[in-house]
Amino acid sequence: MMAAPTLASWLILGALLFSIGVTGIFLNRKNVIILLMAIELLLLAVNINLVAFSRYLGNLQGQIFVFFVLTVAAAEAAIGLAILVVYFRNRHSINVDDIDELRG
Amino acid sequence: MQNPLVHWSFAIPEIWILVMACVVLLVDLFWGQKQRDLGFWLSIFCLTGAMVLSAAEMGKAGSAFYGQLLMDRFTNTADLAVELLGLLVLFYSRGYLMLRGLYRGEVLALLLFGTLGAMVMISGGNLLSLYLGLELLALSQYALVAIYRDQLRATEAGLKYFILGALASGLLLYGMSLLYGLTGSLGIGKIGMALSDASPDNYVLIVALVFVVAGVAFKLGAAPFHMWLPDAYQGAPTPVTLFMASAPKIAAFALAVRLLAEAGSSAMAIWQQLFVALAVLSMLIGNVVAIAQTNLKRMLAYSTVSNIGFLALGIVAGSQNGLASALFYVVVYALMATAGFGMIVYLSREGFEAEEISDFRGLVQQRPWTAFLLLLIMFSLAGVPPTVGFYAKVAVFQALVQAGFVWLAVFGVLMAVVGAFYYLRVLKVAFFDPPPEGARTSGGDPLAGITLTVNSLALLVLGIVPAPLMTFCFHALQEVM
Repeated sequence: MMAAPTLASWLILGALLFSIGVTGIFLNRKNVIILLMAIELLLLAVNINLVAFSRYLGNLQGQIFVFFVLTVAAAEAAIGLAILVVYFRNRHSINVDDIDELRG
Repeated sequence: MQNPLVHWSFAIPEIWILVMACVVLLVDLFWGQKQRDLGFWLSIFCLTGAMVLSAAEMGKAGSAFYGQLLMDRFTNTADLAVELLGLLVLFYSRGYLMLRGLYRGEVLALLLFGTLGAMVMISGGNLLSLYLGLELLALSQYALVAIYRDQLRATEAGLKYFILGALASGLLLYGMSLLYGLTGSLGIGKIGMALSDASPDNYVLIVALVFVVAGVAFKLGAAPFHMWLPDAYQGAPTPVTLFMASAPKIAAFALAVRLLAEAGSSAMAIWQQLFVALAVLSMLIGNVVAIAQTNLKRMLAYSTVSNIGFLALGIVAGSQNGLASALFYVVVYALMATAGFGMIVYLSREGFEAEEISDFRGLVQQRPWTAFLLLLIMFSLAGVPPTVGFYAKVAVFQALVQAGFVWLAVFGVLMAVVGAFYYLRVLKVAFFDPPPEGARTSGGDPLAGITLTVNSLALLVLGIVPAPLMTFCFHALQEVM
């Protein structure tokens, strides 16, 4: 039988997901939708951390925080996609390299 | 068990704004087409009422909703400043929004919700309420930046701001999750107590604080986390820039006070070093890059970065004196920023944004009074003595020298001198360059004009008598430290 995952392994999973999210934001040169997915990944990585700590500490506050983070993430995605839609109407592209109107 | 209503009374200003923002939305839904001014005056009434309520609670201390919202002098002082700035933004932007078809209920409601978010951040006594306030403010701002839907620049600014802002929230949240894991609590007070036993070279604590400081720096716009700021400021409609430059900066400062000075007071040695780096980079990058700008909005954006650097100096000092001078600095800076962007709003007309520095050529010959107000604003931003900008800088440097960071204060003074160059260049253009063909002597929204006059003269009056505001800020920090 396999041993139950320890706190450390959950935290490493969270850290890995978080790093993938940050890397996705900075290295992605193709599509803005992928940026939105990377942002979602950041928040989910934090949720894994919070649930793991909550379970380890035997205290529910972390899991309650997760519900709020999930809700806010949904609102954030809604606003992000809405802005993306109006941007697409003006620019006819969601290519990251095309976002270059403002610079200097 | 105490009566829960007693606790609610400490959150009355927040509840009032929440209710009134919903009322503004509903009123706009039913009467918005015919009575466009109704929502506007309701918003004015809302913020004025909130100021009265906040002032009435002055001196009380307590917490609402089981410690989620704290009420102390710091909360009251910062709340008052945020509500006043919200009022100024409304007065400035009415004419501008009307001319561009943006004078609608959702802009007003978003401004009110943004103000509410800032107030929740200021009074947050728990990581949860701090995070929710931060997101309420940020989501309102994303929508406001992109509110000019048909304009490529505005939507692009909104997109950039959204992506980097969400990244900042992620960083802050990751730091918060580690703080929770370290201390087993989300309450600011409990985290502070739990951390007082932690050893200063606990590496989880260091990582947590690095993430928290990075998140706070993103929201403040301190270099090297400032890349969203010039684009968002330049692309957003000017009244939105006006809002972004004022109240959210006070809220972000409050976030730093709650998370670092209150919860992390025992780990001061760690975050102090981080803020030294932020301050040096912000003052350097902000002041040097601002020199190269030709667009006034973009120049003022880089000036924001440099001013955040000066603000960070006060946080570095860390003492009650240092944080009080930082609060004084951020309130004064918000007033200067509203005046600066308010000037652009005031001089804009239909189809013309007075946002290039060259648009100000020969202003003194056409509008001598406006040119005089521009002089006050730029002198205050540059830190020239009779204006309040001078005292804000002096207070910060004084606290810094007391805390033993003499070299940093010297560096700050040098950077202030570099900064004076580009502020005075605007005045040179306005006072000594010939006006362009086709004079623009008429126009300008009278309401914005009156607000601009009051706001700019306040910079002078506060500069002549800075003591009351300074004492006010000093008392505000008494309970925090």
